[in-house]
Amino acid sequence: MPDPSAPASSPPGATGALVLADGTVFWGRGLGAAVTRVGEVCFNTSMSGYQEILTDPSYAGQIITFTFPHIGNVGANPNDLESTTPASLGCVLRADVGDPSNYRATRHLDDWLKSVDLPGLAGVDTRRLTRRIRDLGAPHGVLCHAPDGRIDVAALQAMAAGWPGLEGMDLAKTVSCTQTYSWDETLWRFADDGSGDAFGRLDAPRFHVVAVDYGAKRNILRNLASQGCRVTVVPASTTADEILGHRPDGVFLANGPGDPAATGIYAVPELRRLIDSGKPVFGICLGHQMLALALGARTEKMHMGHRGANHPVKDLETGRVEITSQNHGFVVAEGSLPDGVTVTHRSLFDGTIEGLKVDGKPVFSVQYHPEASPGPMDSHYLFARFRELMERNA
Amino acid sequence: MPKRTDIESILIVGAGPIVIGQACEFDYSGTQACKALREEGYRVILVNSNPATIMTDPGTADATYIEPITPDMVRRVIERERPDALLPTMGGQTALNIARSLARDGTLAEFGVELIGADLAAIEKAEDRLQFRAAMEAIGLDTPRSRLVGKFEEAAEALEVVGLPAIIRPSYTLGGQGGGIAYNREEYEQIVQNGLRLSPVNEVLIEESVLGWKEFEMEVIRDRADNCIIVCSIENIDPMGVHTGDSITVAPALTLTDKEYQRMRNASIAVLREIGVDTGGSNVQFAVDPATGRQIVIEMNPRVSRSSALASKATGFPIAKIAAKLAVGYTLDELDNDITKVTPASFEPTIDYVVTKIPRFTFEKFPGADARLTTSMKSVGEAMAIGRTFAESLQKALRSLETGLCGLDPIELPGTEGGEVDRQRVMAALSEPTSDRLLNVAQALRAGLSIDEVHAACKIDPWFLARIKEIVEAEARIAAEGLPTDPAGWLAAKAMGFSDARIGQLTGHDEDTVAARRRTAGVRPVYKRIDTCAGEIPSDTPYMYSTYETGMIGPDGAVAAENEAEPTDRTKVVILGGGPNRIGQGIEFDYCCVHAAYALSDAGFETIMVNCNPETVSTDYDTSDRLYFEPLTAEDVIEIVEGERSRGTVLGVIVQFGGQTPLKLAAALEKAQIPILGTSPDAIDLAEDRERFQKLLHRLELRQPENGTATSTEQAEAVAETIGYPVVIRPSYVLGGRAMEIVHDIEGLRRYMRNAVVVSGKNPVLIDSFLRNATEIDVDAVADGTDVFIAGVMEHIEEAGIHSGDSACSLPPVSLPEAIVAEVKRQTGMLARGLGVVGLMNVQFAVKDGEVFILEVNPRASRTVPFVAKATGVAIAKIAARVMAGEKLAGFDLPERTPGHVAVKEAVFPFARFPGTDIILGPEMRSTGEVMGIDRTFERAFAKSQLGAGVVLPESGTVFVSVRDADKAMLVRIAGDLQRIGFTLLATSGTADALEAQGIPSVRVKKVLEGRPHIVDDMLSGRVHLVINTTEGAQAIRDSFSLRHTALTHNIPYYTTVEGARAAVRAIAAMKAGRLEVAPLQSYLSGSF
Repeated sequence: MPDPSAPASSPPGATGALVLADGTVFWGRGLGAAVTRVGEVCFNTSMSGYQEILTDPSYAGQIITFTFPHIGNVGANPNDLESTTPASLGCVLRADVGDPSNYRATRHLDDWLKSVDLPGLAGVDTRRLTRRIRDLGAPHGVLCHAPDGRIDVAALQAMAAGWPGLEGMDLAKTVSCTQTYSWDETLWRFADDGSGDAFGRLDAPRFHVVAVDYGAKRNILRNLASQGCRVTVVPASTTADEILGHRPDGVFLANGPGDPAATGIYAVPELRRLIDSGKPVFGICLGHQMLALALGARTEKMHMGHRGANHPVKDLETGRVEITSQNHGFVVAEGSLPDGVTVTHRSLFDGTIEGLKVDGKPVFSVQYHPEASPGPMDSHYLFARFRELMERNA
Repeated sequence: MPKRTDIESILIVGAGPIVIGQACEFDYSGTQACKALREEGYRVILVNSNPATIMTDPGTADATYIEPITPDMVRRVIERERPDALLPTMGGQTALNIARSLARDGTLAEFGVELIGADLAAIEKAEDRLQFRAAMEAIGLDTPRSRLVGKFEEAAEALEVVGLPAIIRPSYTLGGQGGGIAYNREEYEQIVQNGLRLSPVNEVLIEESVLGWKEFEMEVIRDRADNCIIVCSIENIDPMGVHTGDSITVAPALTLTDKEYQRMRNASIAVLREIGVDTGGSNVQFAVDPATGRQIVIEMNPRVSRSSALASKATGFPIAKIAAKLAVGYTLDELDNDITKVTPASFEPTIDYVVTKIPRFTFEKFPGADARLTTSMKSVGEAMAIGRTFAESLQKALRSLETGLCGLDPIELPGTEGGEVDRQRVMAALSEPTSDRLLNVAQALRAGLSIDEVHAACKIDPWFLARIKEIVEAEARIAAEGLPTDPAGWLAAKAMGFSDARIGQLTGHDEDTVAARRRTAGVRPVYKRIDTCAGEIPSDTPYMYSTYETGMIGPDGAVAAENEAEPTDRTKVVILGGGPNRIGQGIEFDYCCVHAAYALSDAGFETIMVNCNPETVSTDYDTSDRLYFEPLTAEDVIEIVEGERSRGTVLGVIVQFGGQTPLKLAAALEKAQIPILGTSPDAIDLAEDRERFQKLLHRLELRQPENGTATSTEQAEAVAETIGYPVVIRPSYVLGGRAMEIVHDIEGLRRYMRNAVVVSGKNPVLIDSFLRNATEIDVDAVADGTDVFIAGVMEHIEEAGIHSGDSACSLPPVSLPEAIVAEVKRQTGMLARGLGVVGLMNVQFAVKDGEVFILEVNPRASRTVPFVAKATGVAIAKIAARVMAGEKLAGFDLPERTPGHVAVKEAVFPFARFPGTDIILGPEMRSTGEVMGIDRTFERAFAKSQLGAGVVLPESGTVFVSVRDADKAMLVRIAGDLQRIGFTLLATSGTADALEAQGIPSVRVKKVLEGRPHIVDDMLSGRVHLVINTTEGAQAIRDSFSLRHTALTHNIPYYTTVEGARAAVRAIAAMKAGRLEVAPLQSYLSGSF
């Protein structure tokens, strides 16, 4: 007897599906925009900050499975965005999204998803999907929201199977800014006196930082501004000459999506020149991987990546453990770092490289996300460290 | 940093008896701490007066002092043991207070004992309201506006600053005792006065009201290297104003944006740093203004707590164990995550389910008590449930409570009578925080109130209200459409957490029919694992909960919902726990279940625990081989067993160790052809069924008091007439003497039948002749079907008629002749064989004029099992479990020895929490916990039991005596003793006359009704140091209520039975003869354990 808890090929009431390249189908109820998206299916274990996650440009090319079942509780608001246009492809949820309840909410999550053209799927055993990703690696899949319930599984499977995958894909250029702009917004401040919570503004900048935008999260820029840095954000393809032409006190290499090796093809030569310039350089996530590539190391695709807000990282210099926000599917390969480059941080989950510095140079980077948003702020100190390098270098 | 090698021995102080505010959670934390530190090679010395704990098992610590937890006695332990360090953070407020006082009086310095985990400065900074406020100000954290008041005269000024409503919090009291919310000036003055009195430092904090704000808790851990992690966030569904122990709570927090959550996380870590908790776990509480997001710090506990136990169970992260290891120098990254085994403890658990905790209350046992929930904790237990969604976990938690609910059952709500809805009245009802408020909320939504209206009245966050509304709407659909007709319909209902019983209620089917139809549709639960990491890292730890999930289409076709139970091929024993604590069923039964798990795992079986009480040792993931955190209902248990027997062999289920809860499931399990281990349910029924039991006694030629059963008032009157008044009357099948009363005449009987019980053919009342002035005896035994081992004979101090759970008792008996002891042993043996007992059995006897009567036989674990085990050194629950699994008593080394010591058990009552109730003892059990006193003589053991129970017996001063006529003869002897050892007697006229007649002088004092100055005036003036007051008859009881109430509220030791008083006077004499000394349990028990 077939198990009735396993749905038939087109269960009644299903308005969405996640179809994987191997033919696996998770039926559910669609939400958000009624569109179909193909990409890599990953999971994130954070229990808060779904709007920040969905707008993190590093998720370009990815469909995000939230392991926490209730998403959307606090609705959506205009301040918890890490980019103007989400680069992620959609979300897979366990529970349906109910009306929000939070003083900061301005709209329903479903409503916001529609407005940014993101599809969602609810009613999926996300734990099973997560365990599958854990055991078999991140699959290619199609997320489809079809309010009329007309879902052609075979076509979607073909679409998933035909998707080339993130390896070799330079996604940074798709999410990077196209024009240079400046940034002076500082971190979020809660105003308990009733004057209104808001981001601050940097009024008396002490330093000038050029941030290379491979897909920068806004909170990185805010952290830099909060350290007294006026930030000039430049596109990923900007040359070293152009960057140095801005006469920065330091150069920041942002996070971003895709395969670092692909982006590295055009970015690495420029980075080598920046390193040689003697300017302080700080990289995060893809910026860290770019730096490693420029220093001669390799990067590789991880089995399932690190995505969550509870990852312990040890600062090997101080022995302290930070709880970090993470989002990466590629990593700097163990043993590929040349002499003169020191590993400064390691993941306590799997021992992978989480940070490095160049001996004798004001150059360092981390794989994780010290800017948090979402996640713990334990690692905000790294922005102060960058400022100190600029102070010393001045 | 590696562990410290400069310390070798560590003293751990437990929390003492179970009281409201301190329950099993401190046995759970203390046991973890003892195990963790011994694992590291430290010598562990433990002090705890509570014998019903796993931590006081002789094998848990190196030296176990079952001694009163008072500064004096703990000092004596330190004198004797010379520990290098004291870990004060595992035993709740009790341990923290002891540590504080031993640090302040110089004891710790004198003996070179270092406080680890939290030092004196940290404890004081966290506990002292003013210092705490200043500390919060120093780190820029917001706190409520407040004023500290040390004298009543300062109260008015404080009110100016704070305004009404005002919160009153006495300093250094347990669970917020004596605190409250004042809405008007009169209430304010009254609560302040009471709070000043109850605070050991006569100090109360008057605080700005943040009533209706959202309440959150953060469980934080910090190590020596300043690494900090949040183990879990908890959101209270009940907003500010209800003590967190009385609130329905969920984990994780569900209504905060990440920015708010991180702000709270930063603040909690800053609090630990500022307070100076160098290592260990703490709990920080916040209030959040829902309109503006303003966050304020309410308080912090620099120790493990009820919430940390909940957080540990909710996430799988063992806070107490880790905190103990951090206290000896480890850092988080040096310790393993026990669940995954491959990652370190330095991470923050993330979960992929929702946890709901609901407290359980016992107001029905305390008539006169105020049933409104306030900042002073009143609940006696709690149930926790886990589901993939809030709806599922809420509905599972409701049925886990075992209060008869099978979900959000309908309730009578003021303002909805007769189909008309009076919105004003409904909202007024919702605004009152009571134990039924969530049911009221559901009912109001059923009645058509909007979420906004309900929110305006009760301030529960609209997100939760919306989920409750969805449940109510689903109920309406199920009721309208009948049982689902397809698997998808079943899945949808089950995934929302609807029990088969609730679906049956809604559709007019019985539970069995619903279950059968559901199974025919193929809809069965699956089990998911609690793995600390939301599935990110593989985990082999079988800590599980049920849920309903959809399947998927795999590459090769349909695949059923994923089940992570992965039953093994071993031979299994399922142990059913006791569910939430309540009066009559608490830690003693959890102790038995834990022992069963330990013993059967040792014997090679796979042990599987099912329970839903987050406080307990039984729900620790490493107590049994496999743990299902599930409601103890027929549906949930049968599904587990069927899953487990899909592979390997389920030898059977143990239902006799968890109290009444699992016993009630026996019939359903048998019907499902699930074997019950040990004594058969039929034999248990035989012992409960009056008529069958009588036949057995006739056959065995044993006596019981005249008795009968009745299913109507007329029948009851006839039975009572035949037997003769007074009679003891009670419903059948209850534990803890619920609704048990002694009635003296036909009016009393009629009133009882009218008010106290609902009787029916299925539920008769039992009526027994009441034996006056009889001595009650408890016997615990183990039988294997052939042999019977008498483990302990206990003589009650109070006469028969006081519930056995509320009486003090002595092991061995203190006054019984050898022949009587031999006779009760003989009769116990006959009963065990006659009933075919395999496992534990408890018999209660009454001895009157040299004759032995059988009061009750319970062929199951009793409340006294752990006490007997501690007093005799024989682990009877372990032996019984192995006998139930097939071993014979002959295979155990069980010498019947005569111990060279005496152990006294004394009950501990929650009366101080319920100031409106009378403290007179009766047949209905009202104690929450117990202590044990152990020494070489009865007198000294009894003295310790009193001290352990918080009764500080005076060694000089004035004793007030006023007793009923029947007690006067005995009182004369007691009064004579008191006089001889130097006490002054104060007596009411009748009692004074009786004393005078025997040549005993006393000072006469007026009864309250006789005009002033009367006895209560003397008590209030501090001129009375001990009260002996016995009384009977409704009128006399009412007249003397204020006297006992005063003794209670002013901490004057009191005895309401003359037997108790006599024992106390003997104890005082013994204390005067030589100070009480301490000795480890191991020194009393020469044999093995």
